[in-house]
This record gives sequence, structure tokens and C-alpha cells, in this order.
Amino acid sequence: MDVQSNAKQRDFALLASGAKLSSLQWGGIAIAIGIGLIVPLMVSDYRTFQFTLVLSYAMAVLGLNILTGFNGQFSLGHSAFYAIGAYTAAIMMDQWEIAYYWTLPAAGVVCLVAGFLFGLPALRLEGLYLALATFALSIATPPLLKYDHLSKWTGGVQGVVITKPDAPFGLQISQDNWLYYFTFVVLLVLYFCAWNLLRGRTGRALKAIRDNPIAARAMGINTSLYKSLTFGVSALYTGVAGALGAIAIQFVAPDSFTFFLSVAILVGMVIGGIGSIPGSIFGGIVIVFVPNVAEQISKAAPWAVYGTLLILCMYFMPLGIWGFIRMGYARFTRRRKAS
Amino acid sequence: MANRRNFVVAAAALAIALAYGPAGAAGKYDPGASDTEIKIGNTNPYSGPASAYGTIGKAIAAYWKMVNDNGGINGRKINFISLDDSYSPPKTVEQTRKLVEQEKVLLDFQPLGTPTNTAIHKYMNAKKVPQLFVATGAGKWGQPKKFPWTMGWQPAYPGEAKIYASYLLNNKPDAKVAILYQNDDYGKDYLNGFIAGLGAKAKSMIVAKESYETSDPTVDPQVIKLKASGADVFFNITTPKFAAQAIRKVHDLGWQPLHFLNNVSTSVGGVLKPAGLEKSVGLITTAYLKEATDPQWANDADMKAWNAWMDKYLPGGDKSSSFNVYGYAVSATMHEVLKRAGDNLTRANIMKQAASLKGLKVPLLLPGITIDTSPTDFYPIECARLAKFDGEKWQLVGDVLCPKK
Repeated sequence: MDVQSNAKQRDFALLASGAKLSSLQWGGIAIAIGIGLIVPLMVSDYRTFQFTLVLSYAMAVLGLNILTGFNGQFSLGHSAFYAIGAYTAAIMMDQWEIAYYWTLPAAGVVCLVAGFLFGLPALRLEGLYLALATFALSIATPPLLKYDHLSKWTGGVQGVVITKPDAPFGLQISQDNWLYYFTFVVLLVLYFCAWNLLRGRTGRALKAIRDNPIAARAMGINTSLYKSLTFGVSALYTGVAGALGAIAIQFVAPDSFTFFLSVAILVGMVIGGIGSIPGSIFGGIVIVFVPNVAEQISKAAPWAVYGTLLILCMYFMPLGIWGFIRMGYARFTRRRKAS
Repeated sequence: MANRRNFVVAAAALAIALAYGPAGAAGKYDPGASDTEIKIGNTNPYSGPASAYGTIGKAIAAYWKMVNDNGGINGRKINFISLDDSYSPPKTVEQTRKLVEQEKVLLDFQPLGTPTNTAIHKYMNAKKVPQLFVATGAGKWGQPKKFPWTMGWQPAYPGEAKIYASYLLNNKPDAKVAILYQNDDYGKDYLNGFIAGLGAKAKSMIVAKESYETSDPTVDPQVIKLKASGADVFFNITTPKFAAQAIRKVHDLGWQPLHFLNNVSTSVGGVLKPAGLEKSVGLITTAYLKEATDPQWANDADMKAWNAWMDKYLPGGDKSSSFNVYGYAVSATMHEVLKRAGDNLTRANIMKQAASLKGLKVPLLLPGITIDTSPTDFYPIECARLAKFDGEKWQLVGDVLCPKK
């Protein structure tokens, strides 16, 4: 075998494993970024605000995806990490008057630690049992946020109202547009980091633990360390998302972070595409827009419509929106090759 | 020279245009109002854990349908846009921004819930869009100086507590009061209102107070402690589940205080039946709306109109639900404000009209209870009557009582 074909084969393997991107994928990313940059220029401030929320939820969905999609650990507790991130940002801005951009790393670090610590005892739990433990986390969060001795910082039931940041450097764009672009850049950075993390050794280790933990351990992977670190990283993503969401909404309260938020993130992940980075964006879109669509169809029973839409999605797109796009593309190219 | 003459002509033309411009149009309008339509926004929990409250939103929509069938208000139809927020503050912000920025409503009427209204409080006041007659009893909706665009409607919790306090001062000045309250803003709103209502005598009259968390399984230990204080008046500031527990425990301990129960937990089906109807005899609370099930209103003209409206516009609706009475009465208040605003449908004028209601009688409010507001008083309903539970239903007792200011 000559050197050239050897290199070609390696290239192919890298492409197949997602470690390297094909020109088609690069093109797709460029188009997605282009759309992302143009969107706020085309729509009203209110829509821009909605898209800011989409980006924030997409980040949270990615966080859950890293944990569930890539590492196979279930969580119904991500509303708790979202809340911790949101409250970290709100308290820093409200009590200590720290600039909003500094709250993101802080929210990330706080959630990383919280997630890692929660991940340690969670190591003993598998599958459904872990889902139950994290469920407990998410239903315990709102009462904890109302807890009297913490209310000096959390504002108790009242929550915390925060001020929306203006565009810096005298930029002549609205607060909503500025916040959108700010969130967009953070999203790009976090998505790049996730891709970088998941495409190499670490990603393979995570998937190995998901697919066969015993084999993974036999290969020398420190499963407990990887699993709890994954929990931490997943919480970090969700926490940063929570902080950005709080800044966009300008308000945090215990009632914002109920168990339903965990379910929404889970639904976003499943419909967007489990174990897929681009699918998470669709997850964010689903979280924000599907309830609105359901409400437009029927005001009397919006949740019945919501449920029906979910069933239809799962029936026609069992691998989620991203899986649907990939399968559609594969079918399209196969047909083109055949003809 | 030519330039200067042009300038003078242009200035004169502008002056004439300014002088005659508004007079030529039929009315003064802000976004959401026109010669033919008034757009009103609203958020309600039609889905989610608090969806029982969604009944109110449906009742309000049915009210405006009736108004439109009868020709609208001053010739304008009401376009009532009510959106679902699932009782989730972030969703409320999103939906309210949709109402204000995309639907361009003239005002936001009856958004429901304390956390949800808190989430949009600052936004509405920054945008200068009326957030009118909000569906929550918290005390913070009446701050005309700080939040001139927000107003409540129902009696606020502190005001209700002051009514009990003034009753005690007048009828039982040597009372020894024990208080049980939920440890959050709602409970403290009541507690602080009660202490303020008693004034200087608060220290000597309140002999014990105990709080509970919503996560507590039971309030029995608190009630036992309160009984041990030797109090002869018990002020019960609890939400339905805990109210039922406390009522039962008070009775089972053989304690027979004068028992005030806050308006939040007066549902016969939801609280008193689980507690035991015979154990609930003698409870005292406040009422400001007519009960549809009360036979004394059977021939009342407003109640008849309400029944006809229920049959025509809410055929499947529950006539025993106070939410349907509430929705009708609060909409009638909004109706009156819009009527008075006439052709001047600016947001500022709406707030001005809402803040100058004097002795307004609204259908289904108890006789003697009126709506009174002023530029410094953003609490529309402040008075109420006491009602005593007779083992079957609430019986109105005594006259209309108003909290001392």
C-alpha cells in the first residue's frame, strides 16, 4: 500500500468517526453561522429575543446531550443546573453589580463543581435509578430557592429582577440584538469546545462507557472519573445556558425552574437528535416554538396538541430532526448514485 | 430672501397642521386602538400545574364576546388576545413581549399570578403599557409612584388582614391572638398587614406566631404550640392543604378560638370538606363577590344577567366556580374604564381613567362594596364583608368593613 492510499484511508476513518469534517459539513456550518448572523437583522426585537432563548436552550440541550447522548447517563435534573447558573448570574449582577459577561464563567464553574459533586454519588446508580435521583434534584430545587436563610440572596419567592445590558462600544443596535449576538458567540465557542472534546480520545471513551462499561474499563478507561467529569461538563453547559437565559429574561424566580423545565430539555434533546451536536440547535427551537404552535392550534387543550405533535415527531423521525436530515440526505445521494 | 420666505411659509403651514391635525381625526390613539377596534392582551395558565386558573381567562374571553355582540364599546370591537404562559415566568415574559411588540395591544389586562406578573413588572413600566387589574392579591401592585403603569384589582392580602385587625380592635380589644402563617411573601404580606392593622396594640395582642414551609408534611405541631399559648383568637394564614389540616387539628384539640381563615382557602369543596364540615362551623373569613350558589341572590338582577351570560357564552362552564364570577366582575371593571376613556384611547388616558374611579359599582360585587381609586391609591377593591361558615355555606355577617389607612 502506498503512502497516498494509506492517508486516504485514515482520512476516511476520521470522517466517519466525526473527528474531521468533510467539505459538505464545513459548508453546512458556514451556512448555519451565516443564517445565525443575519436572523436578527431580518426580524423584530421580539423575535430576536425568542431566538436568544432558542440559543440558550440549545446550549442546555447540548449539555444534556453530552451526558445522555454520548455518555449514556440519564438526567431529569438539568433544570437544577439551569437554575444554579441563572441564579449565579442574577445574584452576581443584582447583589454585587458585576458585569453580565463575568457571570458566565462563574456560572460555568459553579455548575461544573455542582455537577461533578452530584456525579460522584450518582456513580452508584444506573439507568432508571439515576433518572430517579436526578428527578429528586429537580423537584428539590424550587423549594430550596425559596428557603428562608438563602432568601437574602435569592430573593425568596419574589425572585431577582435584573437589568438588561446595553450594547457596548456605543454600538447602535438594540439591547435584544446585542444580547443575541453575545449569546451566539458564546454558543459558537461552547459548540466548538464540545466538538473538540467529543471527536477524539475523550469522546471515544465516553461512547465506550455508554455502549459497554465493562469493556471500557477493561480497556483502561477510568470510568468513574470520566462519568463524574461528564456530569460536571454537562452541568457547566447547562449552567452557562441558564445564566444567558436569565440575562435575556431579566428575571429569575423559583417557579421558572420547575421539573417541567427538565422535561422540556429532555424533549428538546430527543426531538433534536440524541447524541448529535447540531441536533441540539433543533432541540432549542423545539423547546421555544412547539408550545407556541400547540397553543395556536388549540387554546382549550394545548398540552394535548403538544403531546400529539411529539408522538408524530417520534413516529416520523425516530432519530430526531437531525437523524431525519441525515437519513434524507443519505437516501438522496444513494438515489443519485444509482441513477 | 427666497429661502427665508420659504421658511416662514413652511413654519406657518406646520403650525396650522399641528393646530388642526388632531381635531380632524376621530380620536386619539396609541398602538392597539383605532376607530373600529381595541386590542387587549392577556396571559393565563391554560396549561401546566396551575391550569385550573385558566378558567378565568376563558370567562374573560366570553365576557368580551358578549360585549362585541352588543355592539362593542363606543362603537369599537374588543379584540381580546389571551396567550398561555403555563404559570412559568420566562414564558410570561416571552408571551407579554409578543403581545406588546408584535400584536401591539393597547394594554395588558388581568395577567395571572404573582411570580409571572413580577417578571413583567419592570418591562411594562419601562414600555409604559398598562398592566391593569392583575390577578394576584400581593400588596406590591399598588405603588403608583414607582410603578405608575401597574394596578391590582382584588383586595390585597395586607388589606384583608387589616379588616380582621380592625374587627378585633372594635369588638374584642382584649383578645389574645395566635397566628399560623406560610413562610413566604404571601404569608408575610398577611402577617405584616395584620400587625400594621393592630398598630400599637400588636405587641400586647399577638401572644404567639408560628410559621410553616410548604414542604412541611403537616402543621399539627405548630397548632399544638399555638393552643398552648392560651390564645382565644386564631388567625389562619394558610394555603388550602394546610388550612384543612389546621382546621381539623384546632377542632380535635378541643380549642375553640375565634377562628379567622384567610380568603385564599375558603373553598368549601377544596378545604372545608376535607377538614370536615362540622369541624369548620364558626370559621370567619372575608368576601367581596356574590356567590353564585347562594340562594339569597337568586332574584338579584346582576346574578340573573350572569346566569344568562353563562348559559349563552360559557355553556359548559361550572356555575359553582367562583372563577367565573370573578372573571365577569373584573371584566366589567375594565369595560367601564374603556367606556370612560371615550375616544381618547391612549395608554396614558387609560391609566388616568383607571386611577379615577370613585364609588364605582360593578356587577357581582357584594352590595356596599365599590371600586375606588385615585392617582395615589392603586388598590381598587379594599373593603369586604365578614362571612361565617354555618356548616354548609358561608353566611354573610355584619356590615362592609374597610381597612384603616
